[in-house]
Amino acid sequence: MKVLVPVKRVVDYNVKVRVKADETGVDLANVKMSMNPFDEIAVEEAVRLKEAGLATEVVVVSCGPAACQETLRTALAIGADRAILVDCGETELQPLAVAKLLKAVCAAEAPQLVVCGKQAIDDDANQVGQMLAALQGWPQATFASKLVLADGKAQVTREIDGGLETLEIGLPAVVTTDLRLNEPRYASLPNIMKAKKKPLDTTTPATLGVDVAPRLKTLKVSEPPRRQGGAKVADVADLVNKLKNEAKVI
Amino acid sequence: MSTYIAPVRDMRFVLNELAGLEEITGLPGFEETDTELVEAILDEAGKFAAEVIDPINAKGDRQGAVCKDGEVTTSPGYKEAFQLFCETGWHAMPASPEYGGQGLPHLVTMAVSEMWKSASIAFGLCPMLTNGAVEAIAHHGSDALKAKYLPNMVAGVWTGTMNLTEPQAGSDLAAIRSKAVPQADGSYRISGTKIFITWGEHDVAENIIHLVLARLPDAPPGVKGISLFLVPKFLVNDDGSLGARNDLVCASIEHKLGIHASPTAVMSFGEKDGAIGWLIGEANKGLAYMFTMMNHARLNIGMEGLSVSERAYQHALAYARERVQGAPIGDRSGQVKPILHHPDVRRMLMDMKSRTEAMRALSYWVAGHMDLASHHPDAAQQARSQAYVDLLTPVVKGWCTESAVEITSTGIQIHGGVGFVEETGAAQYFRDARITPIYEGTTAIQANDLIGRKLAREKNEAGETGFTARALHAEMAALAAELVADGQLADLGHALATAVQALQEATTWLLQHYDSEPQAAAAGAVAYLKLTGIVVGGWLMARSARIARDHLAAGSSDDFYKAKLSTARYFAQHQLPQAGGLAAAITGGSSSVLELPESLF
Repeated sequence: MKVLVPVKRVVDYNVKVRVKADETGVDLANVKMSMNPFDEIAVEEAVRLKEAGLATEVVVVSCGPAACQETLRTALAIGADRAILVDCGETELQPLAVAKLLKAVCAAEAPQLVVCGKQAIDDDANQVGQMLAALQGWPQATFASKLVLADGKAQVTREIDGGLETLEIGLPAVVTTDLRLNEPRYASLPNIMKAKKKPLDTTTPATLGVDVAPRLKTLKVSEPPRRQGGAKVADVADLVNKLKNEAKVI
Repeated sequence: MSTYIAPVRDMRFVLNELAGLEEITGLPGFEETDTELVEAILDEAGKFAAEVIDPINAKGDRQGAVCKDGEVTTSPGYKEAFQLFCETGWHAMPASPEYGGQGLPHLVTMAVSEMWKSASIAFGLCPMLTNGAVEAIAHHGSDALKAKYLPNMVAGVWTGTMNLTEPQAGSDLAAIRSKAVPQADGSYRISGTKIFITWGEHDVAENIIHLVLARLPDAPPGVKGISLFLVPKFLVNDDGSLGARNDLVCASIEHKLGIHASPTAVMSFGEKDGAIGWLIGEANKGLAYMFTMMNHARLNIGMEGLSVSERAYQHALAYARERVQGAPIGDRSGQVKPILHHPDVRRMLMDMKSRTEAMRALSYWVAGHMDLASHHPDAAQQARSQAYVDLLTPVVKGWCTESAVEITSTGIQIHGGVGFVEETGAAQYFRDARITPIYEGTTAIQANDLIGRKLAREKNEAGETGFTARALHAEMAALAAELVADGQLADLGHALATAVQALQEATTWLLQHYDSEPQAAAAGAVAYLKLTGIVVGGWLMARSARIARDHLAAGSSDDFYKAKLSTARYFAQHQLPQAGGLAAAITGGSSSVLELPESLF
């Protein structure tokens, strides 16, 4: 069984991002970039499936500029077998475009399972996995905290409001990962060195026949409003009064 | 508490643009490596250092290693971190591929080791000592010893130690008394007491392989009668399994100022019948074998100085950004601001940052020359590089560690009163740094090596002394002249030229007086070591400034280069002027050191 894992190159989670002065986006110049942490969990899960003998091959794919090769090498160092870069240059990629690119990759690779991060920490869209499943007409199980494969089916435990839900879905399918699915390993030095020699193929949206032109227009990106100072309340009655009449939350 | 973030941007700059990583990865023997791979290695190592090692550092300071009945329990989290360190292959990194290592350039290994030491000096010592023991066995041990011990030591299944010091034999190893008696089966029985044995006993690995300096019964007196022995904690059976416990015991561990998580053992060998050991190499050559590893070991301790300075800087910077106190001098708005805005806090942070960058430049530059010395196809280049390594190794060790004490002290100062409170975490770096100018040869030992073996006693065929130092001075003076002629960086050029001249004057004086007035020369040795460190550091910072300026002139928008210009200029304005004062102390300051009769002290 082949597992496909899409990975996204995003601003490192340690970096405090700055909004560009013209409010068109976040300043990415000379900022440390890393693999989206949810995607790291997805790669780890796929590699564990392979180590358990349940998957035969783990293919990672990234859509974006050529620098995404670094992200793919990181995934190869964790244990993926080979990588595909869909080189989109500096074109802005929106979730639907990525889902279409992945659909085209699925057509060529025919994976039985796509494991992807539930969302990317840069735009927090939480859409690609769902869109891909819809485009493919495949079942989907999002926000997975546990994944069990047996008898050609996937049993997925999902994190939902107020508890856990367990679904059984047929394959091929799309599963998106939540934080508690696993704890990704640290890449070992020998594997970092081996990753350099693993195959990494490059393709383009044009070759895949996908139009990636943006459908959404960003109007403005701005800093969150600064926190206002707090105020002391005299007693509980005062607090309730303020919550009711000023904050209007109760 | 701050979180360690590996300074990968500056590391990359120094590796690629100063230390010649690309040339080195192109040398025969390093075919597996390229700059892209090195980037991936730095990223992953930085992550490991930050997420696995750094979090146990403060805990290990509060709850150090404990010894009870000869058994040492290490600080919380150290065993788990060490095991993960081995599993992920970082432990084996410096070793030769023959024994399970990766065959990467020394330069890359050094950069990665900076991260381990920044995250925790106490942690970094264990693999460092093991690696030193591995090298000694690999270079001088028999094939049988290599086959039996090296694979497990490289993998970190077993660790290694260096047993040199005895209560009466510290800096003077000629006074060693431990005994080794040959046995009929070719082994030896070792007895004696060794002190200051780093990671001499612990619970992070299943066996400990001690390398012990001792005397054979017929050994000549002094340094020419010392042999090196391999003495395992548990004897190893022929099938590789562990056998009986050897006759050696950890008598106690020291209660120290810093590096609390690194158990410093008093080792007692042969309290019963004698500990069983095996001779490494030939009899009576033990000290020479130790010296072949000394360059590595001393550079490694110099790196500790760099590493702990970087960590202390990050800690102080985080505090200076968040601590709000008063309105900065001259700020008319009267608004209170983070202390980073106060001129003197800026001076302290700049001092820490600029000097740390200079130390990184020097350490990596020397490490790069180690690779050129061992792998360059041209014998002349090999010899030149080796001469630079020999000359500057005591400088890396002495200057980086002495500076680290000052820099980590400044780190406390930036915190003000809370810096003196342990909870803040700034004090640990200062206490941990304090051992670095002492162990692996004190600063005075380094300085004597520098003015003696590396300067006055270095002779070429023409009988000229100190020619490597003078060649380096000429190289530095040439850059100074180029910068003076370069409008934009002329101020750096002038500062460097004056400092190089001071270094040349001090060098000439030392060469003239080393034989005729050895005590006067020795009285200025440490000042000369610091002088060399400051000038060579300033030279590499000036080179960095020119590289940064060229990038900016070519349209780079990378703020890193702007910052590099500032730190280089700070170094030129605040550190390089000290060269004149140090030179004056060397050439004119020996009499006051030496004239006072002992009774008047």
